[in-house]
Amino acid sequence: MMNHRDDTGAKIGMWLFLFTELLLFGGLFLLYSVYRYKHPEDFHHAAAELNVLLGTVNTLILLTSSFTMVLSIHAIQKGEKNRSMMFLGLTILFGILFLVNKYFEWGAKVEHGIFPNSPELLSRNHGEILFYGLYYAMTGLHGVHVLAGVILLSVILVFVAREKIATDRFISLENSGLYWHLVDVIWIYLFPLFYLIT
Amino acid sequence: MTQHEHENSIVSVRTYSLVWIILLIFTGITVAVARMHLGAFSVLTALTIASIKALLVLMFFMHLKYERPIFRAMFMVAVITLTVFIGITFFDVAFR
Repeated sequence: MMNHRDDTGAKIGMWLFLFTELLLFGGLFLLYSVYRYKHPEDFHHAAAELNVLLGTVNTLILLTSSFTMVLSIHAIQKGEKNRSMMFLGLTILFGILFLVNKYFEWGAKVEHGIFPNSPELLSRNHGEILFYGLYYAMTGLHGVHVLAGVILLSVILVFVAREKIATDRFISLENSGLYWHLVDVIWIYLFPLFYLIT
Repeated sequence: MTQHEHENSIVSVRTYSLVWIILLIFTGITVAVARMHLGAFSVLTALTIASIKALLVLMFFMHLKYERPIFRAMFMVAVITLTVFIGITFFDVAFR
């Protein structure tokens, strides 16, 4: 092939993008920490109401999806196209499963009248309102990232099927994997901060 | 990327599986510890375990361990920047 390629450059570009994501969520984590510091009691009561089981299941799903993601890259490195597509398909499926769980989790909260600006929530303490505001904003923004990842990986799956991504050129698969793992890393912090620490 | 570098970056399925299992075990530990209600100590343990898990994902799944040093250096710049932001903010909040 005569056309120029710079896979290391592409990967550095991806990491630079990931740093902006890190700082975006970092700002929200900072907001969470300061408000938790100012309203420890309210945060304690509000966090105890979250569904730990659903949060744990979603953590396991996302960690496993990261595992299938690296297996997909591993397969393409070995030139096994079908195995790569299977693992990529599994990763997408886990991503969708995560969002389905999130839907039920949010749905249950909304049914109890706890959503931004709801009369039930506004009748509570200031700190609890802040907690749920941050809960919806941060898990929501994270959910949007999972959705974006699912769409991205679906496009990549088509590329692998058409052999635009193959054993000698898989940098776009690798970079999509990096994005998917970063979304996992952010959830690794969201899970204890919202569900576990009470 | 040359063929040589490709071969360098292939990590064994065994390593990936081991990292995955450790991640699941740490998730179990952090949930179990949270049920013990350790008070102020619980924030520290939860964040420590989360950081170990994040480091495992970054090093093995995201290949930071196997990349050139420039990638780890860039990552450290981002982490230090975030730490400085958090540090300065809490310096303000705590002594206000």
